[in-house]
Amino acid sequence: MSASPFTVTPLVRRNMRRELAARIVLGAMVAAMVLPLLAIIAYLAVKGAPLISLKFLTTNPTHGMREGGIWSALLGTIYLVVIALAVSAPIGVLCAVYLNEYAKDNWLTRIINLAVVNLAGVPSIVHALFGLGAFVLFAGIGRSILAASLTLAIMTLPVIIASTKEALAAVPMSFREACWNVGASRWQTIWSIVLPNSLSGILTGVILQVSRTAGETAPIMFTGAVFFKKIQSGTLFAYSLTDQCMALSMHLYTVTTQVTNAPEPLPYAIALVLLGAVLAVNAASIAVRSCLRSRKKW
Amino acid sequence: MIANQPDNLKRPRMARSMTAILGERTIELLIRLCGVSAIVFVFGIFLFVLREGAPLIGKLDWSRVLFSQEWYPTSKGNVRYGVGALIVGTLSVTGLAMLFAVPFGLGAAVFVSEFSTGKVKETLKIVIEMLAAIPSIVWGFIGLTVMNRLIQEYLPAPVGLNLLNGAILLALMSVPIIVSIGEDALKAVPDSYREAAMAMGATRWQAVYRVLFPAARNGLLAAALLGVGRAIGETMAVLMATGHAVNIPRSIFDPIRTLTATIAAELGETAVGSDHYRMLFLIGVLLFSITFVVNLLADLAVRGVRKQ
Amino acid sequence: MVNTEPKISVENLRLSYGHREVLHGLSFSVAQKEILGVIGPAQSGKTSLLRCLNRTIDFVSNAFLSGSVRIDGEDVLRTTDVHTLRRKVGMVSPLPVGLPLSIYDNVAFAPRCAGIKNKDELDARVERCLRQAALWDEVKDRLHTLGTKLSGGQQQRLTIARALSHDPEVLCLDEFSIAIDPVTTMRIEDVLKELKSHMTILLVTNLVQQARRLADRTMFLWNGEIVELDRTEAIFSNQPRDKRTYDYIHGLFG
Repeated sequence: MSASPFTVTPLVRRNMRRELAARIVLGAMVAAMVLPLLAIIAYLAVKGAPLISLKFLTTNPTHGMREGGIWSALLGTIYLVVIALAVSAPIGVLCAVYLNEYAKDNWLTRIINLAVVNLAGVPSIVHALFGLGAFVLFAGIGRSILAASLTLAIMTLPVIIASTKEALAAVPMSFREACWNVGASRWQTIWSIVLPNSLSGILTGVILQVSRTAGETAPIMFTGAVFFKKIQSGTLFAYSLTDQCMALSMHLYTVTTQVTNAPEPLPYAIALVLLGAVLAVNAASIAVRSCLRSRKKW
Repeated sequence: MIANQPDNLKRPRMARSMTAILGERTIELLIRLCGVSAIVFVFGIFLFVLREGAPLIGKLDWSRVLFSQEWYPTSKGNVRYGVGALIVGTLSVTGLAMLFAVPFGLGAAVFVSEFSTGKVKETLKIVIEMLAAIPSIVWGFIGLTVMNRLIQEYLPAPVGLNLLNGAILLALMSVPIIVSIGEDALKAVPDSYREAAMAMGATRWQAVYRVLFPAARNGLLAAALLGVGRAIGETMAVLMATGHAVNIPRSIFDPIRTLTATIAAELGETAVGSDHYRMLFLIGVLLFSITFVVNLLADLAVRGVRKQ
Repeated sequence: MVNTEPKISVENLRLSYGHREVLHGLSFSVAQKEILGVIGPAQSGKTSLLRCLNRTIDFVSNAFLSGSVRIDGEDVLRTTDVHTLRRKVGMVSPLPVGLPLSIYDNVAFAPRCAGIKNKDELDARVERCLRQAALWDEVKDRLHTLGTKLSGGQQQRLTIARALSHDPEVLCLDEFSIAIDPVTTMRIEDVLKELKSHMTILLVTNLVQQARRLADRTMFLWNGEIVELDRTEAIFSNQPRDKRTYDYIHGLFG
């Protein structure tokens, strides 16, 4: 008289216990990441919120950066981000178009892909050294917004290439074949069908680089960002390309390590603005992604 | 009623204008140029960093430099460029960080990939993306303020800016990359593997460690390697959180200095063209080479995944 | 004056993918304004043959060709202007493909690529091609809707309309009825019968009865070789020249 095959044996019970234990442990691991994130945001918010106001964002720092606002740093960051992406987005997208649409499966393509992966892994301080050696000194641009932006552009290039490639590859091959069959050239196919239908993916990738560029400090430290610079308030065109500039990330470093007797909430407020801007841009890209995904054309 | 098409009207009005064809050729040339640009930039980075540091290479006794702990670039009489302690600093903070990050990262990857579904999964992935987006300067700031205090209060540490502080920050910074690549690696394992395991009566967890881990081994290795690469290359967070002591740590509570932090801390005070300046660039070359190798290994591991 | 030169003249066409030869020296010709049916089991090289005709074989990286394929006397394997060639040779793929554009833009796509910009001309062309493809009545009120939202049968007719939009002289159909229902198949077969008076048609099909209904001559292609090429009545009679033809048609293999 043997037990029916569906009774719970001790072996099964042990496996189920192990399964539950595994779930709990793994879930705890996830919590170990999520909770610090929430804790950090909460702590920064609590400590820095008292200083945050529109005035804080739009006035220049005064009294050795202990008082006033962060406008010059905020504007500088905007300049750096816009110029850097204006340079790297076109190059990155065209490079991805080459890799996905034109490149044959040969050694050159393999080397290009390897180069992209390695470019992505270059430490930010090495980008700074490159920017210093190539743009500031060799090209003679000097420490300026231009040099710093170009350095940032090289830094964001590989990620834009990778995300654009993914977006292009998501367009079904059958569309391209249908275009070739009626006599469209490669470029006509790309321009009419492939690019318009990968735009959402490309945009998401570029938007994500906005937040990354805004947060970087090392690449701009020696190529164009300075501790302090006095600029005109109230205008968006206070910097010129050859000027050096302040930047939010740099400003946080400055106030934390170089300014003595700064009021306690100040660095927290700067960190909060920086983190808030970065998270807001990322949230925007996620929103763009899901909005465009729901409007799929096929 | 189908319209009839007269025979003799085979019109070759179908010809593209010269300007259209020329425009297309130009764009395609531009595309090809951008295609090779990645190679140009990688070489460019290596060359320009090497260029600034090159004049110093011949002047140094390299076995001394690499293995000596004595980093005294600004000494008045006895300038020494020993990077040994800095290398140990980099390796130790990375190693300690990976000790936390790899298990936690892979564990989280497994949880997200295999044990969560629908809204929970979406939310977790968004949270991890947000974690990845935190700028390194903000992490450094956290290390300098929050971690510093926490370590000094709750642990028997003489100072709060030390190896442990840096390692915790690096771990939190590398985990998102490990999770996302690890999750990709697990996603790449065909569902048929999972179904086969379940059909044989395995629980989900058994399916994971008996079937999925071996199958996704290469991708998970790549994930870990990319996390290592991220940690080795980090600058601002370790600059602010590990203290400024150039020595080999005897405990995790000792302050250290990494290669990256050294460059960031000292470059601003050197004169362009001086030996100190050139030495910092050479450290940059060293860093570039290390991360190049790590990324190469990760890429080979991933290539192994694609071949499966 | 009736033109008696063959429209297409293939001589010793060999095609290999890497080291594997798939077409072993094909030689045949297709007359002006005839429908040539091409039948044969899967993997016989039927699709590869069509792709040689409009040079989309170029997109297969390890394809090697030799021999010649002449359309109106010009060897297309050696031509440099492939785009004009592809406008001369229309291609209908097995799976219906609606481009993610409006129906109007789907049909206007090829003329626009070819340089036609005049709106009236495009309007006329779109209507003509949609009528020829037996799709006009169903979509004339919604030309702005996305091509991808049509049903499978409608998308296949849209593909045919696209193939007609650049005034091809040769129309190749590659198992066009695989993914559509029998009623639409019948409608398209009627379309083909009409089109025959304007162009030469190569009809690759896995439905032997379809070749019997439509083709003037039929070619039985097997393992990259022409087993038999003859008038359709002869192929489908009780005594085709090759026993394998009889066996295939009667379902004894393939």
